Amino acid sequence: MTDATNSPSTGPMLSADGTPLKKSLQIALRRQKLRALALVAPLLLFVLVSFIAPIADMLFRSVENEIVSETIPRTVIALEQWDYQDGNAAAPSDDIYAALYVDLSEAEEFKTHTRLGSRLNYETTGMSSLLRKTGRGIGRMDTDEYTKQFEALDPKWEDPAVWVAMMQSPGIADILPETASAWQSWQRIVANKNDVLAEEQPEDFIYTMLYRDLIAQPASAIAAYSGSGAEMLQAADSAVDGFEAISLREQFLDIDKDWADPQIWGTIKAFSSPYTAGYFLSSVDLQLTPAGIEPQPENQQIYMLLFGRTMFMSMVIMGSCILLGYPIAYLLSNLPLRTSNLLLILVLLPFWTSLLVRTSAWKVLLQQQGVINDILVWLGLVSDADRLVMINNQFGTIVAMTHILLPFMILPLYSVMKTIPPSYVRAAKSLGATNWTAFWRVYFPQSVPGIGAGSILVFILSIGYYITPELVGGTTGTFISNRIAYHISSSLNWGLAAALGTILLAVVLLLYWVYDRIVGIDNVSLG
Amino acid sequence: MVSTNTDDGFVVFDGVQKSYDGENLVVKDLNLSIAKGEFLTMLGPSGSGKTTCLMMLAGFETATNGAIRLGGKEINNIPPHKRGIGMVFQNYALFPHMTVAENLSFPLEVRKIGKAERETKVQRALDMVQMGDFGGRRPAQLSGGQQQRIALARALVFEAELVLMDEPLGALDKQLREHMQFEIKHISDNLGITVVYVTHDQTEALTMSDRVAVFEDGRIQQLAPPDELYEQPKNSFVAQFIGENNTLMGKVEKIDQDLAVVRLDNGDLIDTVPVNVSSVGDRTLVSIRPERVEFNRERLLPDAHTLKAEVLEFIYMGDIYRTRLRVAGKDDFIVKTRNAPDQRRLKPGEMIEIGWRPQDCRALDA
Repeated sequence: MTDATNSPSTGPMLSADGTPLKKSLQIALRRQKLRALALVAPLLLFVLVSFIAPIADMLFRSVENEIVSETIPRTVIALEQWDYQDGNAAAPSDDIYAALYVDLSEAEEFKTHTRLGSRLNYETTGMSSLLRKTGRGIGRMDTDEYTKQFEALDPKWEDPAVWVAMMQSPGIADILPETASAWQSWQRIVANKNDVLAEEQPEDFIYTMLYRDLIAQPASAIAAYSGSGAEMLQAADSAVDGFEAISLREQFLDIDKDWADPQIWGTIKAFSSPYTAGYFLSSVDLQLTPAGIEPQPENQQIYMLLFGRTMFMSMVIMGSCILLGYPIAYLLSNLPLRTSNLLLILVLLPFWTSLLVRTSAWKVLLQQQGVINDILVWLGLVSDADRLVMINNQFGTIVAMTHILLPFMILPLYSVMKTIPPSYVRAAKSLGATNWTAFWRVYFPQSVPGIGAGSILVFILSIGYYITPELVGGTTGTFISNRIAYHISSSLNWGLAAALGTILLAVVLLLYWVYDRIVGIDNVSLG
Repeated sequence: MVSTNTDDGFVVFDGVQKSYDGENLVVKDLNLSIAKGEFLTMLGPSGSGKTTCLMMLAGFETATNGAIRLGGKEINNIPPHKRGIGMVFQNYALFPHMTVAENLSFPLEVRKIGKAERETKVQRALDMVQMGDFGGRRPAQLSGGQQQRIALARALVFEAELVLMDEPLGALDKQLREHMQFEIKHISDNLGITVVYVTHDQTEALTMSDRVAVFEDGRIQQLAPPDELYEQPKNSFVAQFIGENNTLMGKVEKIDQDLAVVRLDNGDLIDTVPVNVSSVGDRTLVSIRPERVEFNRERLLPDAHTLKAEVLEFIYMGDIYRTRLRVAGKDDFIVKTRNAPDQRRLKPGEMIEIGWRPQDCRALDA
């Protein structure tokens, strides 16, 4: 023994060779830790890739809204200056139409305007067809007048090489900002067609922007430019005042009158930021309008109803699982091992048949011409005319889901009850308690962890259940998950599906937290 | 104090039989009378039926046949909670979700006793087992011995006249067990309660009981006070089950009223008390306690028969010496001698002569 190990008062404990004890312990444990990490690594990676990442992606999708600012960036910037003001908005200026003209000219080439249309259509119906129509019409606008007028002024404007040289000159972006910006779109369009920039004559929107720039810029600014094509520009600048002007607003209105509607522009402006709360608002029957947050129209309010119904029915299913499962689990835990094993196999039997088969079996049993109704009619309990409606409604969903989720209640209950020694109840009885008192005061409190575990399992499973409500739920027995599935696979509104899913996840976590506060998660036992 | 008449006992088993499967009897014709205030122990190996008897008395098992009477009243058909019998379980069975005080209060609550009275009684019971300050704890926060005391207090708190204990000390370590044996004994003596105590530990049975019932094969093999049980076992099972025991096989050579000469299988003769033998020529198992074997010739009767023995092993055990001998062809014959100043230590290989007083050696059933 060294002195250091003997004197704890002087700093940290040292091991025999003088290194601090903590450090040598860490070194000794490092190998074990690395080994443990290596053992869990495959599962960890799998979970990260297949579970955490999709959830993170889903959470992100529920607020992500970059499509607007990516597809029509110039319009989004131009709209910043514009106020919606409750539909009495000033008509958007020609600048905004010009920005939209360039944006859509590029978007039309890449066909992204249709996706933008789908996205905005979630918020204002008609946006999808409006954008499709505009995409088709944007190449046929009368803006070729500008092209012709520039060509008439100087045929060299037709030459792509001249354009390329001019747009590469330093300082050109300062005097022709819109043209330079449009030129970048043009470069991308040409690249997308696998053409050579110097061989393709620019499209009309470039000439249109050139016209706008020349009109906007003072002659002195153009005169100060000395790069490639300076004379051409100066000549054009002095001639451009005499050009016939085309109103872009009129051109858009010719394609579709709706472009005059401030509602359309308001929607674009409201959803122009890269992140939006719009999906979440939709999930709770609100909507983001140009004027702010408003409730959805009454006939479109569905999600709060569905959330409420999902919660309520999950509670009912959980409750009926407890009522049905508790006696069975009690019986199982008190039978001799051989018998209880046999019965346990019967409990697990449903797990070995397909979920679809079981659900379909309930359809056969519960439908109006089904087995149960037939028997009731045969017994004379129900007249043939008014057979019971037991399927395609809430009742059908509750019955089928209680059956399907019952094992998830029985198993945790059974494994908890199995650990309650019979001597507790015996002790209670020997102390003078009646059967009921012994059960209620002594046995039941000890089985509560099993009820807790089973309830959490059943509730969380049922809150996100999809197949069974879809098959037997009809219209009144469907869950929020059916709506999520609809948005994922039919309406393709993934953002809304993600927002609904996120809310569902948050509700589950909230309930879990509440449960932890009331019952305590430590009390949950799976055996 | 000990009643042998089955009619006036406080607890009476009258021809009780018990079968679980309808084919085998777990308890075969049990007749037992326990006097008020008596501490009776049911002792036996596992599967001997002792726990079944206790459970029948507590009301958790029903007797297949026969009557069980408590205070003169037949209780066969009275449910356990109405029997008013206190019970201490093997694993204590303290309710884990209640505090100690709530555990003790439980039997009083179900008897609808008022709150103030409950609290007094709980505190008195806790003080009795010297756990007065532990009322607010949970059972899981107590040590095994403390839980044991609480379980005892709970069985006593509602002033039951009869307390059943099912191997209550089995889970404790040796020292604590010995301590608790005395404590339970003292409490039961002080309160004057009747205790039926089940154990498979013969030391426990001998130290605590007024009488011990040795169970085997569903029958009481012997019912006697501890000293009688130890010194005068009635049959070979009891002799071998209680304490350490040397056995030798032989045939009765000569039989008198209180002396039988037995010829061992190797031809040697020994003196015995006839217990389960009646005539010359009977096969018999001769039993002798290790501490009653004498190898000092001077202490034996002049005409006593002696046997030759070879010392095989000498073990020093502190308070006693334990010597293993080869006697009459058997090499597991044990002799125990007190570690006294004048005691001789035998050496392995030594040849000695052993004998005993005839009354210490009992000729039992073969």
